[in-house]
Amino acid sequence: MPYIPHTPDEQQAMLATIGVPDMAALFADIPPELRPKSFDLPQGQSEMSVLSHMEELAARNSTDLTSFLGAGFYDHYNPAAIKALASRGEFFTAYTPYQPEASQGTLQAIFEYQTSICRLLDMEYSNASLYDGGTAIYEAIMMAVRKTRKRTKILVSQGVNPIYRTMLDSYTTNLNLELITVPHNQGQTDVAALMDHLDEDIAAIIVQNPNFFGSANDFTQLFEQARKNGVVSILSVYPVMQSVLKTPGEMGADIAVAEGQSLGLPLSFGGPYLGIMTCTKPLIRQMPGRIVGKTTDVDGKTGYVLTLQAREQHIRRHKATSNICSNQSLCAVCSLMYLALLGPEGLKRTAELSIQQAHYAAERLTSIPGVSLYNKTPFTNEFVLSLPCEASKVINALVDKKFIPGFPLGRYYEGMDNMLLVACTEKTSNQDIGILAELMGGVL
Amino acid sequence: MKTMFQTSTPGRKGVWPKAADKGAAHFLPDNLLRGRDLPLAELSELDVVRHFTRLSRLNFSVDGNMYPLGSCTMKYNPRFTEEVAALPGFARLHPLVPQIRGAGKLTQGALEVIYHLEELLCELTGMAGFTLQPMAGAHGELTGVMLIAAYHRDKGNKKTKIIVPDSAHGTNPASATIAGFNVVSIESKDGIIDPEALEAVMDDQVAGIMMTCPNTLGLFERNLPKIVQLARKHDALLYYDGANFNAIMGKLRPGDAGFDVVHLNLHKTFATPHGGGGPGSGPVGVSERLLEYLPISRVVRLEDGQYFLDYDYPKSIGYIAPFYGNFGVFLKAYAYILRLGRQGIINATENAVLAANYLRKRLENHLEIPYNRICMHEFVSSAVNQAKKGVRALDIAKGLLDKGHYAPTIYFPLIVHECLMIEPTETESKETLDRFVDDLIDILAKSETDPESLHQAPVTTSVRRLDEVKAARAMELKE
Repeated sequence: MPYIPHTPDEQQAMLATIGVPDMAALFADIPPELRPKSFDLPQGQSEMSVLSHMEELAARNSTDLTSFLGAGFYDHYNPAAIKALASRGEFFTAYTPYQPEASQGTLQAIFEYQTSICRLLDMEYSNASLYDGGTAIYEAIMMAVRKTRKRTKILVSQGVNPIYRTMLDSYTTNLNLELITVPHNQGQTDVAALMDHLDEDIAAIIVQNPNFFGSANDFTQLFEQARKNGVVSILSVYPVMQSVLKTPGEMGADIAVAEGQSLGLPLSFGGPYLGIMTCTKPLIRQMPGRIVGKTTDVDGKTGYVLTLQAREQHIRRHKATSNICSNQSLCAVCSLMYLALLGPEGLKRTAELSIQQAHYAAERLTSIPGVSLYNKTPFTNEFVLSLPCEASKVINALVDKKFIPGFPLGRYYEGMDNMLLVACTEKTSNQDIGILAELMGGVL
Repeated sequence: MKTMFQTSTPGRKGVWPKAADKGAAHFLPDNLLRGRDLPLAELSELDVVRHFTRLSRLNFSVDGNMYPLGSCTMKYNPRFTEEVAALPGFARLHPLVPQIRGAGKLTQGALEVIYHLEELLCELTGMAGFTLQPMAGAHGELTGVMLIAAYHRDKGNKKTKIIVPDSAHGTNPASATIAGFNVVSIESKDGIIDPEALEAVMDDQVAGIMMTCPNTLGLFERNLPKIVQLARKHDALLYYDGANFNAIMGKLRPGDAGFDVVHLNLHKTFATPHGGGGPGSGPVGVSERLLEYLPISRVVRLEDGQYFLDYDYPKSIGYIAPFYGNFGVFLKAYAYILRLGRQGIINATENAVLAANYLRKRLENHLEIPYNRICMHEFVSSAVNQAKKGVRALDIAKGLLDKGHYAPTIYFPLIVHECLMIEPTETESKETLDRFVDDLIDILAKSETDPESLHQAPVTTSVRRLDEVKAARAMELKE
């Protein structure tokens, strides 16, 4: 019996203590008519056999791809020390720190995570993580709605990742909320149009930097205007780029959120990822999820505890700020390890190398006849190519050669079938870019 | 212990990528650049390794301690599943690859895992279909309630209420509220749902009933057939909170019992480590009548054996996660289920229930056990008698820390005073269970003879009793 220590003798002794004849007697409360109609599961296998089956499955996914896919999820280098440290059983087999004296490792790590994230995003407060960057935007909206009370409209820029906007549509269906999407202007976040929409019915405005098309922005004026109208401003960012880009704090955002995957987490086919959330002081009591605070013990020694718990579901049941109970603690600790290993200079170098490679790629690829750069304003490590044919045509031709040249924007944006979103990281080599340019040139 | 910011040394380097030839200022104008400092810690790689190794030593964990946390199912997590999740063929896979026309063939292994895991969960629960998208148990609850809302909206039903018994999980009322419903609470009788109390609040406004079965008192809801009948009469759907599924595998399938929606906590029942409380995974299964509302995308198998992502479900509630859910957690759960197989899963349940009843029986003369009958994988005890002498559940919990055990869940469920909710799981040996009981009995004896020592506990941990009120008032949430 895998993972069960009890011998038949021990089981008998335990049954005797309980005072029942057999295991079946322990389940007597389940009426016969409720018993399973079937339980047709495969037979158990040895560890070796399961592992080899999983290896076969893994081998059916292509690992030798050269990919320029990004769209908010990036293949940055993850230092080996992260995996080694995060796989310490004391981290990954511990639970939510309900008994703080027995969980100071996790609690202090989360406190340091909150500190690092506040410093990176230049914001006042951070929680201990949410599920992912998309649910972080949704939770940010809910914070704004609680804060602004009767307001029911949410202004969303079309420059916000369409995957997240699709999630918002699902989450708000049953609520008395209206999402107003403000179209992008040739790949640029339309700040003027967003300004025009700001009024007393709007609870929150959501923008992204760099936006989905890779363009970097300064939203300072927009957020100032939002504040004048009592609108909560929410900024979604790409955390690696925060080492070089103007911060949410500098722009005056009320809430800044991010997908934390790029900070030391594998792409892992979509999860687990990490929802980063930060806010300014007036919003802290609206913030969902776990938060760790510093305190002292009876001897005056510094220690850490989960705090502000009166917001949470296990105390306020249906009046809680959110239903979130699990967090992404281990993922948050991994991203803390990443930030600790890279430090301010290492993170900046990662960002700058990624930006440099993207600009090199843009230069090489736009030298192909008929290919031009769609971005009209500065971009970071991701940009949009305008192609002389449908992007999917190029992709199809290159996939067989194990190259994915980028993401076809036509999938999410009407009229953009010829547009290709191309991402680079510090892992993207000049050689890969050269081969891509040759292959693409051959197709076009 | 000092924080990494306190030991930071300016100029010290850990991992050190090469510098770009041209900095950000070459590509971006000044007004887009970061103006403020970036005061992250500056450490060497060894500094980082030692820092986190030292931090880890301040934690209790399943690998080091018994963790009898009721409703959290903290059982042993086999190691080989970590190896599975780290295989580069899975870990390095970009989630957008299969969404690109023609590239689905490059991710067939990953799609197959999703497809087969859904199939296995259907068989385990008796449901007609599953989505793996929800990223935690409470996220699964929210998804489930959204499915219930979609069903009623589609049928033109005007429903505003969800019933949640007081013995259900704490997140249930929050999830129902967040999905836009009003929550109606009902009181248990003898620890289980009272059909009469339920009937009194049932009307055609009720969209669904959220049940935890076995409930948070560790008891099986014996009136289930009557509850199903009542729900059907009012076209209310039945929601099964599967956080306690470890108690019931192979013994009851929610689908066969009449439930319409079920969520499972892969990280609890299927032995995925909960690193500090996450990441989780909360797949949701549905009965036939809810299939068309499941989130998109769905993994479908074609006749030629190929897998692909299908988005063609016009009545779907849409995207709940950015992609397919917490895939890394699926891998561990899937490998664990394959390893155990049918009999292994039944054994897990039987031994979990055996261990809980064994502890209940051994403790019944020492602690108040409000519902002292055969329980499922956990049971609730109460320190009311000790509290009269000034030793509260909290003091007992802290005393257990000094004995090297993590504490049971305390003060939950809210309906039992001075509650200690104990769940030993199937992976703790009889010696460990006996040692836990002996230590607990010793602590209870001390509550008579030396209560002060328990007020002082813990004394063996890195810090002693922490001032939680001060933390909330001072709000020092960063350095």
